[in-house]
Amino acid sequence: MTLYAPTCLVNAALRAVQSREISLIPENEGARVVVSRSFADFTPQATFDIKKCDLHRLEEGPPVKAELTREQGLQYYRTMQTVRRMELKADQLYKQKIIRGFCHLYDGQEACAAGIEAAINPSDHLITAYRAHGYTYTRGVSVKEILAELTGRRGGVAKGKGGSMHMYAPHFYGGNGIVGAQVPLGAGIALACQYQGNNQVCVTLYGDGAANQGQLFESYNMAALWKLPCIFICENNKYGMGTSVERAAASTDYYKRGDFIPGLRVDGMDVLCVREAAQFAADHCRAGKGPIIMELQTYRYHGHSMSDPGVSYRTREEIQEVRSKSDPISMLKERMLSHNMASVEEFKEIDIEIRKQVEDATQFATSDPEPPLEELCNHIFSNNPLLEVRGTNPWSKLKSVS
Amino acid sequence: MAAAARLFLRGANSKLSIAPGSLGTTLLKLSPNCSSRTKTQRRHAAHFTFQPDPVPSQYGPTQKMNLFQSITSALDNTLASDPTAVIFGEDVAFGGVFRCTVGLRDKYGKDRVFNTPLCEQGIVGFGIGVAVAGATAIAEIQFADYIFPAFDQIVNEAAKYRYRSGNMFDCGNLTIRAPWGCVGHGSLYHSQSPEAFFAHCPGLKVVIPRSPIQAKGLLLSCIADKNPCIFFEPKILYRAAVEQVPEDPYTIPLSQAEVLQEGSDVTLVAWGTQIHVLKEVASMAQEKLGVSCEVIDLQTILPWDIETVCKSVVKTGRLLISHEAPVTGGFASEISSTVQVRLKWPVSHPPHSHVFTLCTDDVNCWCIH
Repeated sequence: MTLYAPTCLVNAALRAVQSREISLIPENEGARVVVSRSFADFTPQATFDIKKCDLHRLEEGPPVKAELTREQGLQYYRTMQTVRRMELKADQLYKQKIIRGFCHLYDGQEACAAGIEAAINPSDHLITAYRAHGYTYTRGVSVKEILAELTGRRGGVAKGKGGSMHMYAPHFYGGNGIVGAQVPLGAGIALACQYQGNNQVCVTLYGDGAANQGQLFESYNMAALWKLPCIFICENNKYGMGTSVERAAASTDYYKRGDFIPGLRVDGMDVLCVREAAQFAADHCRAGKGPIIMELQTYRYHGHSMSDPGVSYRTREEIQEVRSKSDPISMLKERMLSHNMASVEEFKEIDIEIRKQVEDATQFATSDPEPPLEELCNHIFSNNPLLEVRGTNPWSKLKSVS
Repeated sequence: MAAAARLFLRGANSKLSIAPGSLGTTLLKLSPNCSSRTKTQRRHAAHFTFQPDPVPSQYGPTQKMNLFQSITSALDNTLASDPTAVIFGEDVAFGGVFRCTVGLRDKYGKDRVFNTPLCEQGIVGFGIGVAVAGATAIAEIQFADYIFPAFDQIVNEAAKYRYRSGNMFDCGNLTIRAPWGCVGHGSLYHSQSPEAFFAHCPGLKVVIPRSPIQAKGLLLSCIADKNPCIFFEPKILYRAAVEQVPEDPYTIPLSQAEVLQEGSDVTLVAWGTQIHVLKEVASMAQEKLGVSCEVIDLQTILPWDIETVCKSVVKTGRLLISHEAPVTGGFASEISSTVQVRLKWPVSHPPHSHVFTLCTDDVNCWCIH
């Protein structure tokens, strides 16, 4: 036995004891203490190859390798899994007729929301269309408030008056029902950022269906003319409601449709790819080079909305194939497992926590009372003193406070 | 609907001298949620019962059809008889989101029934061009709520083409169809009734049917009419309204209001879904209050049949207009002010001049539904 061996052993033992992995035990019950391999066993950081982006009017694009730390990986996983579970819960509640009206679900596209949020700052701005639950979450609204808004209760993020398509948060401008209408708004927000000189960017999202709206091209022109720090992002999930992109667009190279605006085509199912591209785009805008377009190639598992089964214009095999080969959450998980960045138990733990979180949120969303009738007409105008609004007949007067 | 009944109570009081006490219980039963009691856990959706018209005998054999099937039948007749007719819009090829164009593409070919991309301004502008060049253009806007990007094309281009070209050109061959009105779960962007915006624009015709028989006849009239027409289809009636509709083409004249029920005490005017509400109100008023109502379906909003409405109000002395759109600037205000001007009533206390408008308030038409 050599002289240094006991010291080594002691040191190793000490290290193992110090850095013994203890999972974050939530305050509520129902969580098990994870007994797993020690912290030191996991790889803290790894580099992954990611798909190269197609470029338009750009000499070079985002890097083809992405670094991921263990913490980041777990955080992206948690974010995407929360969005996934929340959307599936919304599906369930809709079928139980607890959520009514229109509901457009985001499952399958989680990597877009998670990747973009990872690349921008909370002080940057984001605006999207009606498939907005994922972005509402990544921009800081709790699952509880999102589900309560879907069920139309007073605890909802828009006080129960907005519903699925109208959720907002600081620096998150919704949630917009009319297709394409949010894009000129996004350009305007970017103008405000430029005017105020605060080095912030505005991420303006739209879909492949909206890409054929005239107001987008008006926005591209203004953004390019005035070099606005606007990142236009087309979430191309291949179908505009029931119309496939080939049948709607003369050019399906959505990243090139800005013509004079540089563009990137990005694999939207890979959170690292999205993150690197969004980082690249944000740097581009912050450097004062003007707007940039990103096309995220992604896929939605559900139909356009809850009233669309989603299988009359595409085959079940196609959906199944994407689920098995390109699911964003599975991809991240496999990457981390194969590089020994986390354990299967850890992921299971996170899943259990998220399930509980979503269950609690559902409980709140189904038990919270609806907004009171007195609030029905509030916030029509900004008015002081209060405004009287006629109800459905000449004798019913409602008050509007704002 | 219950609010309308309260109105009759007041009107009935002045004319029929019925003691309020005896009708007090009736009033309570009919009273809507005007009270401040919160009943927010229950849905407050107003109800209506579709009241079908009697089977028409003058147009040939009939078939049981609902509203969207009657529209399909009208479009089928048009594509068969007019070789220049084309139908286009978002998702019309597979049949449309409300199934109004089912089977037409298979029957008439993909060059006559085709999809457009998602661009309302483009759809209408394109439609104007098709119409000006001589073909019959039938454009579909997927929901009336989405018609606003096309507002400029409709108001500035379509409506004024004939006038500004000194009658050399016109887009009379253009008909725009759009699902209209509240449906119960549509909220802000699937429930709107924008007829008042277009009523403000000379050069256009705006038509709203109440039922399948009316829809087919009026739509065929719009298509035949040599002016650009906007045809709003009450979406809540697409499946709910079933009638025996003639299979052969037939037209119902535009700008002619129809008196559905004669009466002597009050004139009720409405269009679209509200007609069925008012018919129910009329029978409730007759039964419970002994009030005789004359129910008029305006059908064409622009240009509207002023004579029929005025003639009726001269007879009854009272006018009640009901629509889903917001109160302020709604078409009821146009009707009521025109009637008052025409009949030369002084502003203060003319005899028997109770003109009321019952409309959803400016917020409720989005929020409640």
